[in-house]
Amino acid sequence: MINSILIPGLIIIAQILAIIVPVLISVAFLVYAERKILALIQLRKGPNVVGPFGLLQSFADALKLITKENIIPSNSNKMVFLLAPIITMVLSLAGWAVIPFAPGWVVSDINVGIMYLFAISSLAVYGVIMAGWSSNSKYPFLGALRSAAQMVSYEVSIGFVIITVLLCVGSLNLTKIVEAQETVWFAIPLLPMFIVFFISALAETNRLPFDLPEDESSLVAGFTTEYSSASFVLFFLAEYASMILMSAMTVILFLGGWLPPFDVFPFNILPGIVWFILKIIFILFLFLWVRGTFPRYRYDQLMRLGWKVFLPLSLLWVVLTSGFLVIFNLVP
Amino acid sequence: MKEIEINSTTLNFGPQHPAAHGVLRLIVELDGEVVERAEPHIGLLHRGTEKLIEYKTYLQAVPYFDRLDYVSPMCQEHAFALATEKLLKIDVPLRAKFIRVIFSEITRILNHLLNVPAYAADIGAVTPFLWCFEEREKLLEYHEAVSGARFHSAYFRPGGVHQDMPNGMEEKLYNHFNTFPKFIDDLEELLTNNRILRQRSVDIGILSKDEAIEWGCTGPVLRSTGIPWDLRRSQPYDSYDKVEFDVPVGKKGDCFDRYLVRIEEMRQSVKIIKQCLDQIQPGDIAIDDNKITPPKRKDMKKSMESLIHHFKLFTEGYRVPAGETYFPVEAPKGEFGVYLVSDGSNKPYRCKIRAPGFAHLQALNHLSKGHMMADIAAILGSLDIVFGEVDR
Repeated sequence: MINSILIPGLIIIAQILAIIVPVLISVAFLVYAERKILALIQLRKGPNVVGPFGLLQSFADALKLITKENIIPSNSNKMVFLLAPIITMVLSLAGWAVIPFAPGWVVSDINVGIMYLFAISSLAVYGVIMAGWSSNSKYPFLGALRSAAQMVSYEVSIGFVIITVLLCVGSLNLTKIVEAQETVWFAIPLLPMFIVFFISALAETNRLPFDLPEDESSLVAGFTTEYSSASFVLFFLAEYASMILMSAMTVILFLGGWLPPFDVFPFNILPGIVWFILKIIFILFLFLWVRGTFPRYRYDQLMRLGWKVFLPLSLLWVVLTSGFLVIFNLVP
Repeated sequence: MKEIEINSTTLNFGPQHPAAHGVLRLIVELDGEVVERAEPHIGLLHRGTEKLIEYKTYLQAVPYFDRLDYVSPMCQEHAFALATEKLLKIDVPLRAKFIRVIFSEITRILNHLLNVPAYAADIGAVTPFLWCFEEREKLLEYHEAVSGARFHSAYFRPGGVHQDMPNGMEEKLYNHFNTFPKFIDDLEELLTNNRILRQRSVDIGILSKDEAIEWGCTGPVLRSTGIPWDLRRSQPYDSYDKVEFDVPVGKKGDCFDRYLVRIEEMRQSVKIIKQCLDQIQPGDIAIDDNKITPPKRKDMKKSMESLIHHFKLFTEGYRVPAGETYFPVEAPKGEFGVYLVSDGSNKPYRCKIRAPGFAHLQALNHLSKGHMMADIAAILGSLDIVFGEVDR
């Protein structure tokens, strides 16, 4: 009895902790990196007081937010109001279960891994809608409406991009997807799709230039306007955790996961996990760089980009890729 | 069953909204995301400046003008100084005129260096804001060097300027403005050809020539519609007739044109400053009439008369002949005018201030009707509204 329940249970808990703890720590340092990189772009210094080089700034901020009073608006639907950040946070962490960090380093190596990831990242919109609706306030409501429309429209093009990749792999398993890129990373033959995916990932995670749900200049703080203290922290952490998750997804789909760029001497000394992390850092840097440089799209322009540009383009590439694979008899 | 009436959303935008420059309060009626009506509510920063000035001597009134449009202080002092001088029927020395023009133009650059990136920040690009603040800081040091204060300088006074520029200032200014256009290029690189910025600002908030005149728009807002009206050109004051510059105009009168006009105005200001620095000669910086300008400190140690003048000037002030006048200047935001009525005493009988931002704010409803919610922020930013001068 003990051996059949307790030990597997402990192993599962250990596995969960082994992923969630590093993810949350990297969120803290991502926030720090964002502030530091933005500061450099903007010719400032950024956080440099808390800890050496300001490294502990994020922890100080989190501590400050958590110890504050959690204000729940009296007109809100309290149950949904408190559930929304929890759902968002849980979903942004759940996706990590299927991510292969290195050969064999994966919690659950399911054969529909990519579908699972896609489903989880699509569900994230519920947290936002619930937050916006339950706040019973106009700014969060408008923010939630925008967010729902935005996430749904970019899901569609992300879906087609994933199909293009799957056509080249012949499997939904994430480990197989990485292994299929041994000869060449998909970012090279599928470059336009890589770009579409990256931009859609920006939209999916509500980052600039698509951060309409939290558009400061017209919606104050969007769907998080009424949130404070720990519930705000959860939204904040979830946003950054899903940023890292989307970067991991980009790396797995297009940049060859844990594979080194060339399988020759100086490159293949580093273990796979290091390459994986380096690539994620590169994609995250792009996220931050974009934030420092671009203005923000307007709601209708963003919808136009999603439906009129990305959707036809990704659809065309699905057709082109499958045609190419069939003609040259390359179907895996 | 309960009957539900569907209303358009009414949103209270501000006065504590992050995009509401200062204390703007807008009542926005929305149909989904489309703006049906945007009604500005003013008066949250009303300080009764015009009434207060009626109880101050002419010299004491000067600092109030710094506090109207607090991002372009010197241009407003300029209007008051010129209006008072017109009533006094005096002419200031040439050097003072050049110094005033130089600092008016520095103020113009300061204002546009705040407005252009604030507009970009309203659209979502935060980086230019911090870049421009560094440049502003360098320019504010010149303000500080001549007047001792970065913002509320009280430097242009009826009869001239308060004190001469420090030694070597001309050279410093010249060197600074040789390199400054490079910064404008950098700024433009980040903004002008950015597709998102263009998509957000081209054809947003279009103002036609006739509408601009009807709404009483002036300055960059008027010029962006294609009307080359610039008071520095059409009725030059001080030494603006001695310098050459172009008046940039737009074509369509949309947010993007207003942005471009401001960028070009900065380049023209640099041109004006350089010409002034070429022509400026040593000399007096205020008229040599101790009834209006204070005597030199050195003289006061020896001459009883000077001491009396000093005492009278700073206690009672000077009497201005009865009459009335209106004097407009081309402030960075548009026509800033001072209407002064004097009854012959040492205090103005009435001082009416014409602030450009007030007229521009009226046009907001007209400009934003039919646009999206997010465009309100863009239009507001492009109109360049500062509440200090709107509410006065």
